[in-house]
Amino acid sequence: MPIQNERRLDRRPAVARLIADRRDMLIVAGLGSAIWDVEAAGENPLNFYLLGAMGSVLPTAMGLALAQPSRRVMALTGDAELLMGLGALPTLGVRRPSNLAVVVLDNERFGETGGQASHTAEGVDLAGYAEASGIPVVLRVDDEAGLDDLRNRLHRDEGPLFACVKVNPDMPPVVMPIRDGFTGMRRFREALLGHDALKQ
Amino acid sequence: MLQTQEVPWREGIYDVLKEIDVRQVVYVPDAGHSLLIERCLADPGIKAGPLTNEFEAVGMCAGAWLGGEKAVALMQSSGVGNIVNALGLIRSCGFPLLMLITMRGEWGEFNPWQLPMGQATPHVLEAAGVIVNRAALPEEVVDVVRASAALAFNSYCPVAVLISQRVIGAKVFK
Repeated sequence: MPIQNERRLDRRPAVARLIADRRDMLIVAGLGSAIWDVEAAGENPLNFYLLGAMGSVLPTAMGLALAQPSRRVMALTGDAELLMGLGALPTLGVRRPSNLAVVVLDNERFGETGGQASHTAEGVDLAGYAEASGIPVVLRVDDEAGLDDLRNRLHRDEGPLFACVKVNPDMPPVVMPIRDGFTGMRRFREALLGHDALKQ
Repeated sequence: MLQTQEVPWREGIYDVLKEIDVRQVVYVPDAGHSLLIERCLADPGIKAGPLTNEFEAVGMCAGAWLGGEKAVALMQSSGVGNIVNALGLIRSCGFPLLMLITMRGEWGEFNPWQLPMGQATPHVLEAAGVIVNRAALPEEVVDVVRASAALAFNSYCPVAVLISQRVIGAKVFK
């Protein structure tokens, strides 16, 4: 298959570098390798993981960002997960929560199912789609300088921000988080909203 | 051209949403919801906006709850076919979800293309673990919405209110 972009980052150290100083950022990550990358960087109750419902990472992060306008929110996902719910990008272009960053780890593969080529391997340009959807800040990241720029912008820019981060197709070891969604959802809400929110 | 009868239940649904402090409303439009959508868009206390596909509604509503807000999804029955896999998010985590669904493909339907999804709607929802409450008459809509909202948000489960075409008025082109 054609290689569109020779320069790539290794996903696990890239994610570790991106969220090393996350402050009180809320992270929604999904299906599946992005989850292992976030969890490998350190367990945190302010991470919410979707181990199913493929295509729902961006909508979930958008609902959260709209509900919590004073907090920074990052949706971290892969190219195939985003492709399944691509209509959420025009929706983001309409709703425009300024506190939301969408970071796509684009390995050009359906990684969890055997590494089959995804659409981006053939040149489909997710960043271009984000631009066309009216996302005000769109970044193409393929080196460490770009990654550091993205990290700074995560805490600074008036968004929403969209970044397509080109990563190598290697699959680092799975770092499994709590798989029980009930626990994941309630501990996230407790950490964000306080214990009384669980009595709502 | 679309013909609908203005009845108080449309206003009544908006009042219920305010009563229970709904802060986000997402929708793929339906004529039956048009007044409610207008009211929500005009309300500074409600963040409302359109979706490209009903699939997004599930994540948006779950995300709102994660952030401490109640959200409601509005769609027509044909949209139910688009949300099924996303419902796994709700069931796997115990999120509340309230969907107000205007029915097509049943009472007095003139468009045969609406029948397959319209007739399948309650079965698809139930198979996916959604509680289905029907509002068959205008005078019961508000009560059914209020009870369904209480069920969804107090007992943390997905609930769909199916608002019959009999209530909305069957769509006619002329």
